Amino acid sequence: MSLRLVLRRLALGLLTLWLVSLLIFAATLALPGDAAQAILGREATPERLAALRDQLNLDEPVVSQYVQWLGGIITGDLGNSAATQAPVGQLISDRVGNSLFLVVVSAAFAIPLSILFGVAMAMRRDRPFDHVASTTSLVLASLPEFVIGIALILLFATEVFQVLPAVSLLGTGQKAWDDPQVVVLPAATLVLAVVPYISRIMRGSMIEVLESEYVTMAGLKGLSRRVVIWRHAVPNAIVPAIQVTALQLAYLAGGVVVVEFVFGYPGIGAALVEAVGNRDMPVVQAVTMLAATIYVGLNLLADIATILVTPKLRTAGR
Amino acid sequence: MSETVDTAVDLVVAQTVPSVDAPGGRRRFGLLRDALRLTRTRIGLGIVVLVIVVALGGPLIAPHSPTEFVAIPNSPPSGEALFGADALGRDVWSRFLHGGATVLWLAAAATVLGMVVGVIVGLIAAYSRNWLDDVLMRGNDVLLAFPQIIFVLLAVSAVGPKLWIIVLTVGLTHAPRIARVMRGAALEVVERDFIKSAEVVGEKRWRIVFGELLPNVTSPLLVELGLRMTYSIGLVAGISFLGFGLQPPTADWGLMINENRLSLTVQPWAVLLPVIAIGLLTVGTNLVTDGLARALAGIDRKAGG
Repeated sequence: MSLRLVLRRLALGLLTLWLVSLLIFAATLALPGDAAQAILGREATPERLAALRDQLNLDEPVVSQYVQWLGGIITGDLGNSAATQAPVGQLISDRVGNSLFLVVVSAAFAIPLSILFGVAMAMRRDRPFDHVASTTSLVLASLPEFVIGIALILLFATEVFQVLPAVSLLGTGQKAWDDPQVVVLPAATLVLAVVPYISRIMRGSMIEVLESEYVTMAGLKGLSRRVVIWRHAVPNAIVPAIQVTALQLAYLAGGVVVVEFVFGYPGIGAALVEAVGNRDMPVVQAVTMLAATIYVGLNLLADIATILVTPKLRTAGR
Repeated sequence: MSETVDTAVDLVVAQTVPSVDAPGGRRRFGLLRDALRLTRTRIGLGIVVLVIVVALGGPLIAPHSPTEFVAIPNSPPSGEALFGADALGRDVWSRFLHGGATVLWLAAAATVLGMVVGVIVGLIAAYSRNWLDDVLMRGNDVLLAFPQIIFVLLAVSAVGPKLWIIVLTVGLTHAPRIARVMRGAALEVVERDFIKSAEVVGEKRWRIVFGELLPNVTSPLLVELGLRMTYSIGLVAGISFLGFGLQPPTADWGLMINENRLSLTVQPWAVLLPVIAIGLLTVGTNLVTDGLARALAGIDRKAGG
């Protein structure tokens, strides 16, 4: 029964992605003049313009341009960068590993930390620890990522401690895991940006669970407090946090842009900023499509996970 | 659950978003009054006012022109330049005082645009509840599939670093998030008797939506306004920090950080001052938002108990 719900979600996700692709493609149509003019600038010779128009299929009708572009995206042929002429697929595959590494490291710290903080705050509800932690996370949640990133650079890389590299000096072809030091500050920035959100939801749902009858019951049965908390309360409190966690992970797809730029980290976020500066539309479109796919995919996974762990939804069939 | 997901404030908002005022909106200003009783709201408001005064009044007291060369590049604080000179030898203090207004204007404009579009879409979706609701919500999903900053960057790469495109896209990416919250809040009101009776006496649909529905969702609207303002400031300043906002040699907080981040070790002030100002501003707006959300939760408790 839940299969129908899952399939419905999947179909909606695909529909959304298709509409997203239309919107991303439409961005090229918004270019003043056309894409070739925008890329080459005012001093472009007519010959070079004509060559680039040919390369970008600009002489064909809009619909067939779109079909070719979408076909390329699906088959993995992303075309060539307008700025460097290198294949976009190459550029992305060189860097996507670094971004993924950054996001995975961030998530690996952020999720357990959020659960711990959320539980700790819930168990000390309205006591000094809860107030201090709540205020701290309110402040952290307010700050833009680049403010957090620069504060970390000032603290750990320049003024105060000088223990970590401020900017990564990796070349584009290099992998971040060869020099794990470079990932510490960017990951710390993302962790600090994400933990407040997840831990707050975790705190709220944990408080609700702690007030429930079965937790009281488990306590009355004589189970130790530790067993009651970690075996009975936490697993149930995590369910509402799944959606928020997925959304925060999806948010990282956007968050890496600024953070990678702050630290000069060689990922796709930094590549996107560079491409926007060069008005390199093929790269911008490919990265945007990738980010949107990750975003939609993670939300889909969260929906499915929620359906699977919620008995009411799992069995609700019509 | 999904309505709560990208709010900066905690569960308080999640629990209170669908709540509404008493019919007729007589508590419209009650929420502001209740919020101002909380210390956090006052601190937040104080911070926001301080930053606004600095940003708008700064140019009047700046000792130098923001583009004038006053000292050796990256020189430390001196009698000539209170916080030293930036990477191009311009007065850091004067550039700081000149550089705040744009962030404020752009963020405010984007927030207002997002609120207007989002509230209209959300209320119409809630009131129609037919195919129109489905179409609007599907459109929402498409915009929601983009991380906000990536959508702005996509538009900037198509049109170039223009301020209007930043306002437009930041506002547009807020709209579906606002619409979802407003729709949730309005769905409860739509069920109420006074909406039914307005329909029975034959009031026009748009009058029901904007004359009956809107006044009854002003409280969640205020909370949403504060939240979106916080995000707008971060986004606008972030875009500017990436180099796609105001262009050199204009003085702008985001751009100042970009221009001077490589000389952070020798001249930290040129980065610190704008970073502190932007950080203070977002913390201030979010404290006010949190105060509003808490006051709203308090109103709910009273109404419920």
